[in-house]
Amino acid sequence: MRLWDEGAGAMALAWARPILGGMAPALHPQPLPSGRPHPDRWIKVQPEGLYVEPGGFHIDPVRPVERAVVTHGHSDHARPGNRHVLATPATLAIMAQRMGEAAPASTQPLEYGEPIRIGDVLVRLVPAGHVLGSAQVVLEHAGSRVVVSGDYKRRLDRTCAPFEPVPCDVFVTEATFGLPVFRHPPDLGEVEKLLHSMALFPERSHVVGAYALGKCQRVITLLRAAGYDRPVYLHGALEPLCTLYGRFGVELGELRPATVAAREELKGALVLAPPAAATDRWARRLSDPVVAMASGWMRVRQRARQRGVELPLVISDHADWDELTQTLEDVGAPEVWVTHGREEALVHHATRRGIRARALALIGFEEEDLEEAAVKGEGARGKGA
Amino acid sequence: MNRFAALIDALVFMPSRNGKIRLLIDHFAETPDPERGWALAALTGSLSFREAKPAAIRQLVATRVDPELFALSYDYVGDLAETVALIWPERPERANSLPPSLDEVVRGLHDVKRGQVMELVEGWLDTLDASGRFALLKLITGSLRIGVSARLAKTALAEWGKLDIAEVEEVWHGLTPPYAGLFAWAEGRGERPAAGHGAGFRPMMLSHPLEEEDRTALDPAAYCAEWKWDGIRVQLVARDGQRRVYSRTGDELSGAFPDVADHMLFDAVLDGELLVARDGVVAPFNDLQQRLNRKSVTAAMLRDGPAWVRLYDILFDGGEDLRGLPFSERRARLERWYEAVRPRRMDLSPLVPFQGWEQLAALREGARENGIEGLMLKRRDSPYLGGRPKGPWFKWKRGALTLDTVLMYAQRGHGKRSSFYSDFTFGVWRGAELVPVGKAYFGFTDAELVELDRWVRNHTVRKYGPVREVSAGLVLEVAFDSVHPSTRHKSGLAMRFPRIHRIRWDKPAPEADRLETLARMVVGADAAA
Repeated sequence: MRLWDEGAGAMALAWARPILGGMAPALHPQPLPSGRPHPDRWIKVQPEGLYVEPGGFHIDPVRPVERAVVTHGHSDHARPGNRHVLATPATLAIMAQRMGEAAPASTQPLEYGEPIRIGDVLVRLVPAGHVLGSAQVVLEHAGSRVVVSGDYKRRLDRTCAPFEPVPCDVFVTEATFGLPVFRHPPDLGEVEKLLHSMALFPERSHVVGAYALGKCQRVITLLRAAGYDRPVYLHGALEPLCTLYGRFGVELGELRPATVAAREELKGALVLAPPAAATDRWARRLSDPVVAMASGWMRVRQRARQRGVELPLVISDHADWDELTQTLEDVGAPEVWVTHGREEALVHHATRRGIRARALALIGFEEEDLEEAAVKGEGARGKGA
Repeated sequence: MNRFAALIDALVFMPSRNGKIRLLIDHFAETPDPERGWALAALTGSLSFREAKPAAIRQLVATRVDPELFALSYDYVGDLAETVALIWPERPERANSLPPSLDEVVRGLHDVKRGQVMELVEGWLDTLDASGRFALLKLITGSLRIGVSARLAKTALAEWGKLDIAEVEEVWHGLTPPYAGLFAWAEGRGERPAAGHGAGFRPMMLSHPLEEEDRTALDPAAYCAEWKWDGIRVQLVARDGQRRVYSRTGDELSGAFPDVADHMLFDAVLDGELLVARDGVVAPFNDLQQRLNRKSVTAAMLRDGPAWVRLYDILFDGGEDLRGLPFSERRARLERWYEAVRPRRMDLSPLVPFQGWEQLAALREGARENGIEGLMLKRRDSPYLGGRPKGPWFKWKRGALTLDTVLMYAQRGHGKRSSFYSDFTFGVWRGAELVPVGKAYFGFTDAELVELDRWVRNHTVRKYGPVREVSAGLVLEVAFDSVHPSTRHKSGLAMRFPRIHRIRWDKPAPEADRLETLARMVVGADAAA
């Protein structure tokens, strides 16, 4: 039974097709003509999160709701307890994997680009380029289009479909790295730093702190692209999602468990572990490890220092400042809402570019600091930065 | 510049002291003169470029970056050099020009005409990458703050050259960057540089705090006691016709204290406490504070806050080095010297006779007058040793005053604490309103800091840039050494050495102390009232 649309999915599709076909939208949509309700009349910020009123559903709710559209599998976006969940097949698989019994019983997969009518809203999911399965939610209602981008990035990532800019009237964006000090250098240069250190200290293990979902697999694919073909050793918490990525066709090469038994084998090896474990007792099984961390926060020295990181790698699954500002240009929305992160700077920038912008101040997303996530032991489950 | 930048980067990320020493040794061994010498000078704070101060750097970045975005970024990053290094917009067309060497930078800054410094710096910033920009900015602002003290850098040099650190300290003040002679000595290619004593600084002898268990193990008969005066430790050097006043880290204060330097009409090296005193009565530390951190001094300051030095020790009498003598003999020499010379604006710090620890404890408790911070204990047989040897000297501060205050504002810290709200402004009740009485940023554990930070975030009522105002709900028991009238604070009072003593999660804010209570703690409050 479909809980999302009163009719069948096929019917929604049939209804949607001609509209999509005839809808070559202007890159810079005009201001709303009178008579069209402004989107802030039908999308509301509630304690539960962003609520799409005419569709009767929330997007990435932080508290349990009746119906949730989930953009991606990171634990601050995909939370347990929602009655009905709609997401991409990969996101649903990730949720099932991570939540186990707490995974939602009632789910509906929706492929990228496939339109569906929910209540009085036409909904599409479009790749966000953040992690496997991550999606932007494209909402159309009463003649306006709103895009809720979830978390996203713009650079190449072999583990997921690339971000697709969708022209819209209102663009809802994150701002995790919404300050001009955050400019992620090219990924391959960062990976070369790691390989260089491994060549310099061949007797030391290199342990890279990386979130289980997305960052871990991305680092591995980057290493493979740089020609590293030795086995990569994994902390136990990283294995299930690597297997899942494999099922979705992401090639990761040879992976081995970094068990205590493998102590000798781990000398000089490359080991991936959740950020919290990389600097904790778990890492004692490694011989004199070089602690590396793959995160956008590593751009700021003092952050890296706080974590006791010796080798910071600026590799992020979030858009940096240039990607954020470029995306605002690409979607051409006359209005931007900023959900979470360092929203003040992005609002300031957008305003100066003649875009109406405001912060939604949604709560519950993106612990302000990496270390807080680590303290709570979210390393294994948390989202990547 | 690249090597220096790589060193700075590696040092920033190296958590262990030994690891830092290893990195420094590598650098000294692998880098040629004069680059390594400039690096050592930078790490020991021996370079200063007058024209490249933080204000000028801010001005420069304002020409390239939106000021609002810069302000938000600086607030987030918490370090000026790092913010500028990261935010600096790169010009692709400059990417191929060669970045400057450290030698070029140092000489360039030295030779450049006033007014053209920032132009030079701007050109360099355009050719360097983020690491290079960071190192350059750290260098020209003269405050590296990368977790390497001057002492650690010298220790690394000593270890690398198999030298005695005390000997390095001894010759240090006769040296000038880029230290070619010092490196030659360390590599066994040259003689030990002349101690260059003259009017140079000699490493000062410092004390450890006295712990309860120390005291019970000490023999009272082996120690002399004297008051620990509440000023700043100084070394007075009058040699070869030169007169210098040094802080305990070897920074020169002579320019700011001509009223001391002008009276050093003798040939000796002395150790003492710099104070402000009027008619022989020591003024609160706050009065001395007005005269510190200044390169020069006004006539009004000389009149209103006359300086005084209370002498503790004598290191040289003429050319005679007394540092090897036991304390009791040096003390006798100091007394004889003082009788003979009678220098103006100076007196002797009297010894405090005592029979046993109990009597001394009672004396310490009774001492509430201005200018006394506590007691010093010095072994009678201790020679004067540079550094902080454990055992011969102890400081025994008098008990702190405490007050229950209410947290009012919090600000993010800097450096390692840049993600935490770690600077706390607290107040007490005046009628129904809170008035701020002080600010503290230590006295809590790392775990408590995490709790405090969370409390601040959850109780913010207003934000002013980096400062958050919080609701009146958390009581902080603050310890401080003393309290003095102050015109700079709205409450009219200023605390000395305030620190968080305890976090009173249990205590309701309305039960915190009142301003009247604090006012009664002012030294001499009864007499004045």
